[in-house]
Amino acid sequence: MFLHGYFPAILEGLRSTLLISATSLSIACLFGLIGAGAKLSGSRLAGLAADAYTTLIRGLPELVLLLLIFYGGQIMVNALADRAGLGYFDINPFLAGTLTLGFIFGAYLTETFRGAILAIPRGQMEAGKAYGMTRGQILRRIILPQMVRHAIPGFTNNWLVMIKATALLSIIGLDDMVHRANLASAATRAPFTFYATIAGLYLAVTTISILLLGWLERRFSLGVRKVEF
Amino acid sequence: MIDWALIAESWPLYLNGLKVSLILMAISVSASFLLSVPLAIARVSRNPWLSKPVFLYTYVIRGTPLLVQLYMIYFGLAQFEWLRESIAWPLFRNAWFCAWLAFALNSTAYTTEILAGALRQTPSGELEAARSLGMSTATIYARILLPSAIRRALPQYGNELVMVMHATSIASAVTIVELTRTARDVYYNHLAPFEAFGLVAVFYFVITFALVGLVKLLEGRFLRHLRPMSVPSKAA
Repeated sequence: MFLHGYFPAILEGLRSTLLISATSLSIACLFGLIGAGAKLSGSRLAGLAADAYTTLIRGLPELVLLLLIFYGGQIMVNALADRAGLGYFDINPFLAGTLTLGFIFGAYLTETFRGAILAIPRGQMEAGKAYGMTRGQILRRIILPQMVRHAIPGFTNNWLVMIKATALLSIIGLDDMVHRANLASAATRAPFTFYATIAGLYLAVTTISILLLGWLERRFSLGVRKVEF
Repeated sequence: MIDWALIAESWPLYLNGLKVSLILMAISVSASFLLSVPLAIARVSRNPWLSKPVFLYTYVIRGTPLLVQLYMIYFGLAQFEWLRESIAWPLFRNAWFCAWLAFALNSTAYTTEILAGALRQTPSGELEAARSLGMSTATIYARILLPSAIRRALPQYGNELVMVMHATSIASAVTIVELTRTARDVYYNHLAPFEAFGLVAVFYFVITFALVGLVKLLEGRFLRHLRPMSVPSKAA
């Protein structure tokens, strides 16, 4: 039988891995935008806080951050719940895992987004202001559409690193593709088959991502002339 | 609040973990550097029989998680009976050997791409000059291409060193008691996540910035000629 009958279970794991990746990515984008906004706001306090955030996160291994936030958060939430007179909370690993990954990759995306906004010529924002646009209009019509184009290469990189980082969530007990492979290996004594299978699936996901985001980048760069040598 | 007694008590364990992490990093990085120089040369070669296989290798490694690669080697290879009966089996049963192999192969893929990128940036005039002097291809690589490409690769290679340092934390998943495993053990024994993981975070933070500082120093030494000139000197 194909993969000893574990193929549907592995596919279910793939679905879970994709869901985790997509959720973490949305959270990371949120943190990234807030971080980039803070760094470019001109406020000293916000800038310092954002610098501390990106420096700290990038100085530590993902696994250590994951363990620190997952186990530390668990204890903190329960201490708070205890004080409020509520019972014991069992933290949902999916929620904790995706929040943590989102928080980590938000730091990397902060730099990507900051660079992308800085790549837009200042004159365009000044021109927007001269036309009497509000800050919101300038953001929506001038900055965001162009920021996407400048951010895509860095964004692609971070997304690829993040998909691979979701594998670490199996260590804190999330039921992702790696976890499914662990279970199937233990049951069938064919570990290589299963780890190679999920490696192939990861490779398929990253390949499709590269193709899709490459297409998106070309789409957002229509009308931009390339330098020709 | 913070349990300082626990930190003081487990301090020697962490120092031992630090030693293990640094050794793991050092052996992985040296192997990957040695492997990636010839692979990078093959990667930029015009011969597709040389460059395509290397591309395939780096693409597959860079497209899959390191944790899965490590599991494939450490847990996976036991599936094959011919390996279990071969003389190499004691090696593949050893967590250290498997972790070293996985980290070295993984880092080789990234380092190869970094070096290949730097090789491609060689100003064509340098190559033409070397050829016009009648240097052989081997001499050109040894004297012209590699020294300057390795210098240009330094900033990115510094990032890769930090990545390998951080990646060694994954060895904690295969019974190696390095820094992260030490922290996990302290956590399980005392259920004190902030002390256990906070302390190990400080260790990683210090190593990361020591590495960044070291690479900055090397850049100052080896990339001097590429520094932007500030003010034209008046003495001249």
